[in-house]
Amino acid sequence: MSLLQVDHLSKRFGGVVAVDDCTLSIPAGGITGLIGPNGSGKTTIFNLITGFIAKDEGQITFKSQLLDGLGPDRVYERGIGRTFQLARIFPRLTALENLLVPIRRKGLRALFSRAGWSHERSKAMEMLEFLEIAQVAGALGGSLSYGQRKLLELGAVMMAEPELVLLDEPAGGVNPALLERIADRLRTLNERGTSFLIVEHNMSFVMNLCSEVIVVHRGRQIASGKPDAVRNDPAVLDAYLGA
Amino acid sequence: MTALLELQGLVAGYGGGDILLGIDLTVEEGSLTCIVGPNGAGKSTLLRVVSGLLKPTRGSVRFRRESIAALSPRAILNRGIVQVPQERSLFPTMTVWENVRLGAYTVRDRGLVERRLAAVGETFPIVKERRNELAASLSGGQQKIVEFARALMLDPTLLILDEPSMGLDPKTRTTVFNTIRSMNDAGHTLLLVEQNARSGLGIATHGVVMESGRVRLQGPGPEVLSNPEIGRLYLGAA
Repeated sequence: MSLLQVDHLSKRFGGVVAVDDCTLSIPAGGITGLIGPNGSGKTTIFNLITGFIAKDEGQITFKSQLLDGLGPDRVYERGIGRTFQLARIFPRLTALENLLVPIRRKGLRALFSRAGWSHERSKAMEMLEFLEIAQVAGALGGSLSYGQRKLLELGAVMMAEPELVLLDEPAGGVNPALLERIADRLRTLNERGTSFLIVEHNMSFVMNLCSEVIVVHRGRQIASGKPDAVRNDPAVLDAYLGA
Repeated sequence: MTALLELQGLVAGYGGGDILLGIDLTVEEGSLTCIVGPNGAGKSTLLRVVSGLLKPTRGSVRFRRESIAALSPRAILNRGIVQVPQERSLFPTMTVWENVRLGAYTVRDRGLVERRLAAVGETFPIVKERRNELAASLSGGQQKIVEFARALMLDPTLLILDEPSMGLDPKTRTTVFNTIRSMNDAGHTLLLVEQNARSGLGIATHGVVMESGRVRLQGPGPEVLSNPEIGRLYLGAA
């Protein structure tokens, strides 16, 4: 049973067809990798799913409901969270406050009202501890290291308890030790019930972490399956080496 | 064969850590050397070191046996290493001829500039045919060839091309790569960094595959391309 279904999706930018009649299916409960050479349309697919840009054609279905025409906030409310290639956090809020923003639907005023937020606060602290960045709970987001920001952004996304999380290059610019930790945390979050869709260039990270890999090239799917099957698919290597 | 550019034990990176983890690489005089590799392999970082924009942490960079690691980009240019950047770099509102002439901006001898201009006009017919048209009116592939012509105005000892295939359709790419090959046939030493491994290695006398900051595979371009190991380097090991 697919959690997210993309059917005949197309998106053009001027004369460039970024996503071309693309159909793909993201299973529930898995960690799915979305890979492909530079310019193959991965980030555009992310932006279409999450409502950051509008599609030209096709449809996107999440839990059997159409996501047609929904903006990023509405897609988020439906239960799809995302991170960005360069971690987006609030630099002038502390790490802890960064985690409280997503669950405080009433906005920042409510965040600082201090009325009845102890439950949320402890939930946020648990998340910081889970990600092993509790020691910087009181530090401003802007003062955190690159790796800490990546973890914090993941934590902020998880606070809204999404069913599906789209991660855009979680391994980008991350050192090997932290990479291990991120992979390990993602596995645990996945075991607790969150499904993931990951765009990533670090192949060993993708192949070791993902239960299924989808390969896109020139805006459409050219292969999908278990990591080993995809790795040994001649069409995939062809796409990577160029025609 | 004489080594023109030699990198030994090269380590370099930015604030967050090292990207190049010990590169040994030789560009022979007269060769067409092509470096390919997956994203994040360190190809662009390597070019930044060679052109003097980034100082190595360790290791040596020698050009004609002389260390150039500590030299400024300008001094390296004066030694004869010229780079054509990845992105389009012509001045769109100037003519083709004016753009090409600008390549010899640092050359004082006006007679020499005119002679070189005539020579590149012969080498690249497009430059002569379209000389009075604005650079912006040329297609992407034509602009790339005009950039090559502009770089040759300095009569480089080593010409570096950073991803010449970027943004080109397959047919235009073939034309551009044929041009690259004929520049090499005419005696120019070329160092090519390319995303499109098939196009780049296909014409290279020496092919190099980088991955995670190291040289993983090298040899004659077509042989490297047909080596099964290249698949593991691009798609990850089991």
